[in-house]
Amino acid sequence: MTAIFKREFKAYFSTPIGYIFLAAFYFFLGIFFFTLFSNGSPAISEILSSMSTVIFFLLPVITMRTMSEDKRQKIDQILLTSPVKLSSIVLGKFFAALAVFAIGFAPTLIFEIIFAAFVSVNIFSYLYSLLGIMLLGGTLIAIGIFISSLTESTVVSAIITFLINIVLILITLFTSIIQNETIVKIISAISFTNVFQSFSDTVFSIADIIYFLSFIAAFLFLSVRSLEKRRWS
Amino acid sequence: MISVTGLSKRYGSHLAVKDVNFNIEKGEVIGFLGPNGAGKSTIMNILTGYLSLTQGKVEIDGFDITENPEEAKKRIGYLPELPPLYMDMKVREYLDFVYDLKKVKFPKKAHINEILKLVKIDDVQNRLIKNLSKGYRQRVGFAQALIGNPDVLILDEPTVGLDPKQIIEIRNLIAKLGKNHTIILSSHILSEIQSVCKRVIIINQGEIIADDISENLSAKLSSDLSLVARIICSENEMLETLKTVKDVKSVVCLGCKENGSFDFLIEPEDNCDIRAAVFERVVSRGKTLLSLTSNSASLEQVFLKLTEVADNDEARKMLGTQNNYEEEN
Repeated sequence: MTAIFKREFKAYFSTPIGYIFLAAFYFFLGIFFFTLFSNGSPAISEILSSMSTVIFFLLPVITMRTMSEDKRQKIDQILLTSPVKLSSIVLGKFFAALAVFAIGFAPTLIFEIIFAAFVSVNIFSYLYSLLGIMLLGGTLIAIGIFISSLTESTVVSAIITFLINIVLILITLFTSIIQNETIVKIISAISFTNVFQSFSDTVFSIADIIYFLSFIAAFLFLSVRSLEKRRWS
Repeated sequence: MISVTGLSKRYGSHLAVKDVNFNIEKGEVIGFLGPNGAGKSTIMNILTGYLSLTQGKVEIDGFDITENPEEAKKRIGYLPELPPLYMDMKVREYLDFVYDLKKVKFPKKAHINEILKLVKIDDVQNRLIKNLSKGYRQRVGFAQALIGNPDVLILDEPTVGLDPKQIIEIRNLIAKLGKNHTIILSSHILSEIQSVCKRVIIINQGEIIADDISENLSAKLSSDLSLVARIICSENEMLETLKTVKDVKSVVCLGCKENGSFDFLIEPEDNCDIRAAVFERVVSRGKTLLSLTSNSASLEQVFLKLTEVADNDEARKMLGTQNNYEEEN
């Protein structure tokens, strides 16, 4: 797994993708920090809350190639004929994408230090909302990897992941126009933004953590199955 | 070392590999021969665990590829038709990655240096793979297969697309590796297989149609000893004369192809060499023998004929036997 993690992580920065992703990321972080700072309300969790919408649009960029590129160039032959488990392949790629994502949030540590210089800050609130955004990002990455494993084309992979993410953001809006209560319940159950909100509000709940972890596990499992299925087709 | 029993692979309704059986002993170098689309690559992909099998059993050094894939894969180095290279990596970087991926235990630097030297790519180790020529990429693919020094090497058309000099280099490399590895090599070029492999398995339409030592196979394929003689003579007189030569079964006049001479197709009794006898008879009658050529088709042609036959049983009949190798052992 570490071999694949290292290669994938390096690959993000041997192509422009990693840099483009981080540049866009820092652009938004910078804007949110600036507005927050000039408003004088020092809560990093608010920056993270704003970022939680942005990542839905940015993450397809780093997950689109994960599986599809290997398949298209037939590089998966080296991975699948090496003595590694399919799950290690998927996990290696997952953690590499998550690591790039985490680097994106590294500046918030500096923000926190700057805030701390002026007012008393709530470290727990910062760390908990950081955990929340990591879990949300991880979930979106797992979905992206799964979509990428279904196609040979990075473009198709990016577009489908993007569309799914848009639906995931907008899904809560539908609740106001739907009368049926069970459907509303289902929709709010799969609304990631709702669940994330409790992280940025620092409402500690094990259930929320498990909620995201189970989504991550489910989509990584599906990706492994999708890799396995290739051998049978 | 490698044991394949009753192997079948189905793609939807298409049966790509049908009931394939063979055994390969340690240290053997064997060739898979067959036209494009015969199922060579499919079989290799199954042996290496890249594709699943529909039916049958594949064992590498006693480890079942379906039940114990990790142990089986540890023993195989695979060079697919298209070398699986990350274009955005440097040669050295890529080989380091493969080393980690295969969980090799040898000292890393020395092991990779050794392989770089063996396949002669140490001068490009710091270049990006995407900037390398086809020949170099093929060699990087080769290096990748050698990492971890696996007992079994599976090479899918290793010389395709290379220039003649590179082909010879790769062949020499295979011959060298053959001394302490078990190698399966595929090709659709007969002469290539013959130059490096002792034993040949001919595959057509997903079935094995021959499995034999390469010398036996070529002897069988070119068993036709009949001759075509061009003689300056009168037709009927010579026809009678030739019929009386020892071991001649039949003579047919093919007509006049060159002014003043006639061509005769002379067929001997089974496995008799009649060239000397025919020559002496013609000379003793005071006639001039312009040419004496073998009527047998070249190996290449026979192989083509074999694989073009619609029915594999017919092809086996042409070879006079099936799976001689298995019977002898």
